[in-house]
Amino acid sequence: MTGLGAVSQLLEIVMALLLAPLLGGWINQWRAWLQNRSAPGLLQPYRMLHKLFNKESVVAEHASPLFRGAPYIVFGCMALACAIIPTLSTDLPLSPAADAIALVGLFALARVFISLAAMDVGTSFGTLGARREMLIGFLAEPALLMVLFSASLISKSTSLTTIVETLAHRELAIYPSLALAGVAFTMVSLAENARVPVDNPATHLELTMIHEALILEYSGRHLALLEWAASLKLFAYSCIGLALFFPWGIAEAEAPLALLLAMPVLILKLAIGGALLALLETLSAKMRIFRVPEFLATAFLLAVIGMLVSILLGG
Amino acid sequence: MPPIVTAGGLLAATLWVHLDWVLLVVAAWLLIAVVGVFALRRLTLVARVLFPVGGAGGLALLGIALSALQGSPEVAVLPIGLPQLPFHFRLDSLSAFFLMVIGGISVGVSAFAAGYFRKGEGTPPGLLAFEYHLFLASMVLVVLADDAYAFMVMWETMALSSFFLVTANHRIVEIQRAGYLYLLVAHIGAIGILLCFGVLQANSGDYTFANMRAQQLSPFWASLAFLLALFGFGAKAGILPLHVWLPEAHPAAPSPVSALMSGVMLKTAIYGVLRVLFDLLQTPIWWWGLLLLTVGLATALFGVVFAAVQVDMKRLLAYSSIENIGLLFSGIGLAVLFSAYGMQPMAALALTAVLYHVAGHAFFKSLLFVGTGAVLHATGERNLGKLGGLIRCMPWVAWVMLIGVLASAGLPPLGGFVSEWLLLQSFLFSPGLPSAFLNMLIPVVAALIALIGALAGYTMVKFFGVIFLGQPREERLAQAHDASGWERLGMLWLAAGCLVLGLCPVQFIAVIDPVTQLLVGAGMGEAIAAGSWLLVPVAIERASYGPAIFLLGVAASFALAFLLVRLLYHGRLRRAAPWDCGYPWQNARMQDTAEGFGQPIRQIFEPFFRMERELPSPFDAAPHYRVRVGDHFWHWLYLPLAALVERLARLIGLLQQGRIAVYLLYSFVTLMIVLAVVKQ
Repeated sequence: MTGLGAVSQLLEIVMALLLAPLLGGWINQWRAWLQNRSAPGLLQPYRMLHKLFNKESVVAEHASPLFRGAPYIVFGCMALACAIIPTLSTDLPLSPAADAIALVGLFALARVFISLAAMDVGTSFGTLGARREMLIGFLAEPALLMVLFSASLISKSTSLTTIVETLAHRELAIYPSLALAGVAFTMVSLAENARVPVDNPATHLELTMIHEALILEYSGRHLALLEWAASLKLFAYSCIGLALFFPWGIAEAEAPLALLLAMPVLILKLAIGGALLALLETLSAKMRIFRVPEFLATAFLLAVIGMLVSILLGG
Repeated sequence: MPPIVTAGGLLAATLWVHLDWVLLVVAAWLLIAVVGVFALRRLTLVARVLFPVGGAGGLALLGIALSALQGSPEVAVLPIGLPQLPFHFRLDSLSAFFLMVIGGISVGVSAFAAGYFRKGEGTPPGLLAFEYHLFLASMVLVVLADDAYAFMVMWETMALSSFFLVTANHRIVEIQRAGYLYLLVAHIGAIGILLCFGVLQANSGDYTFANMRAQQLSPFWASLAFLLALFGFGAKAGILPLHVWLPEAHPAAPSPVSALMSGVMLKTAIYGVLRVLFDLLQTPIWWWGLLLLTVGLATALFGVVFAAVQVDMKRLLAYSSIENIGLLFSGIGLAVLFSAYGMQPMAALALTAVLYHVAGHAFFKSLLFVGTGAVLHATGERNLGKLGGLIRCMPWVAWVMLIGVLASAGLPPLGGFVSEWLLLQSFLFSPGLPSAFLNMLIPVVAALIALIGALAGYTMVKFFGVIFLGQPREERLAQAHDASGWERLGMLWLAAGCLVLGLCPVQFIAVIDPVTQLLVGAGMGEAIAAGSWLLVPVAIERASYGPAIFLLGVAASFALAFLLVRLLYHGRLRRAAPWDCGYPWQNARMQDTAEGFGQPIRQIFEPFFRMERELPSPFDAAPHYRVRVGDHFWHWLYLPLAALVERLARLIGLLQQGRIAVYLLYSFVTLMIVLAVVKQ
């Protein structure tokens, strides 16, 4: 472990924690503009978090410690995920602890805990949300894994840092497998982050909500942590996408100058990506929950085809 | 001379090898079994003395096996059985590995059983102790057997003792039927194994494994032996379509027995497959691997999809066992593929994944099964639809079970994830296979494994959530009591096993490395020596996983978040009624049921199920909804087969006239035919 590695690791975590709500605010702003509404301020998510942290937490009478612990676990998982994804640099001391498969496992761990917590109070909407979340999860998780495998076949590695280094150094050619994987990844990220067309982050309409149903019983600091974790998840997914499909600009080992440059590049990429996401959300309509399995199965198949293509064409 | 006989005094004891100590543990178990017969109804003696002593035997076995894993093979000949046909025993690394699993699981399950068995549940406790310890001893001897004779005798003892354990509550008709089905499939499987040994000895008349190893079989006969072994051991393991007994027998048995059957007995079948494939046959052919892979994946997908829709908690776990067996078979298939193409290091990786999963599944599935036993005793319910909210009155069981559930769902940083990770790694490295067709297959297979793993997570959330979380679905559940001291001890041991397997993969793989060395001639030793906390199967830039760092990362963020929130803000908390979108009339019946949780799976995987539904009409005064999820294999395979057997039996029945004159005529005709044949 080098000193610079430790610095970039710390920088990554702090940046993820601080920037993640901003990304959410940015997307909301674009959504509002695209829908001809006046937008809330860019810093609205921070105000929201501050307000929630200040409020007292109201917990159901019979809720178990699992219910109170879950927000911290979910938050911890997402923070770790942001630490192991190479967002700024590929010289990360924590990265060997978890490769691409373990990263998917980490997301699954968070999902299982949030679903269990939603079932804990035993309300009808909580259990409904848990079921839907797990339904999306069991289709999205293998699809995400296949996307990552397509990239690992090219780099002959499942280590995220190696994948990014390999992909950043290849010649600028279009890999058919990566194109398919890119489409699949976009679909999976929409589903995993509760965006339109799978879920609507702005809705509380009982029968259609998924993510909101899961966290319905939470309030105060617990809710704040979960909202923060959700924005961290979106940040993590965006960074995975950028690292796999647009890896240029991420610093490598022993390159302090590149590390300095990596931050503005990342912010620029995220800003463009966020605007595109808002556009995508505005242009599509939310689909019925029964259609979601088909949507995700398509993503899964696309990712598998991507992997097949990469084997057929040899990378 | 058999060493156990020559070892007379304490002095000689110092010269004992591992095998003698193992046989001593077996003798101790058999002694406990005999004592049990003489103390049929003395529950205190059986529960407080016999089972704990048996558990101590398991602990000793675990220690011996750990030490024997690194040692060289040891043999012994015991003059039991027929004259001129003694039992041969042999302890090598493969046997030692399975002894370790048997020992490790039996410690926890015996401790649990000490608090579990009660009076007045069918079979008297002393008899249960007899069958239980006989079952344990026979499993140890199956793994040690070094000739077909000893193997078959022990295999049958294992089947019979477990049959009597399954039918412990023999007055219930369902359990009788389940036991009969189990016995039937076990014996059909045993025929396969017997025939397999017959092929392996290649007309030499010598049924020792040493002779079978020396035989050079032609590809045809070797393939025949493989297929027979797959059939025979597959029937015991529960691969498709021989799985039908498993979801019947496992729920019928008392919970500690289900734990042993699912955790350990199914693994003896895996042992058999490994022994025949890699030790007795030695030169695998590539299509064996393909067949194993296909059968394994079909079994795994079938198992997990069915597990997701079950409403009986023990049936759910039984189907989940089918899933795990399927994963094990597909891993073995991959190891065979690699081995057939001479890629020994890759075969070692796949085989390590298999062995890891054998140990991992043994621990978490035993834990889950004994946990359902605690729930069953506390509530008297197996039906998920009548449970709920138990985390509040049974916090001990619930929290320990959570570890098993997470391990079973294949989540990091627990044991189930490590084996899944290793298996996926070996798939990712397989594009080096020299056959284009196989290479094309690999992504599809990896996708299926990922899907199966994710579905296992779904199933486990349903299992844990419906039993332990939410509100109690019945009034009396509020009075449920937590597990007793012995039960807690047993569960803690098993949970500790899950944790150790999850957090110390490098150390554990170093322990089991001699097994892969023995089976495929390559190990992972050098690759994993790179870092003691990082599991690095090939090279650090290719893949690495450090569960301890992983756990530390999540725990540190947890603690930091907790402290910072308290420090910067506050820790105020108010208890109130649940909000639930402001619905005023909330009751426990409005929660999602087990059926409801399985509904999406029923819809998506509809062709898998044979469903019978009774839907209420809008005008019903007392509407009721019923759905029965059946298995196609019953209707497509087993019922026609049973009908065929019945028809044949009826044809033979025509001969039966019940008049002595007719029977005399039969004898006369037979005699004439025999004479006519002999004369020529």
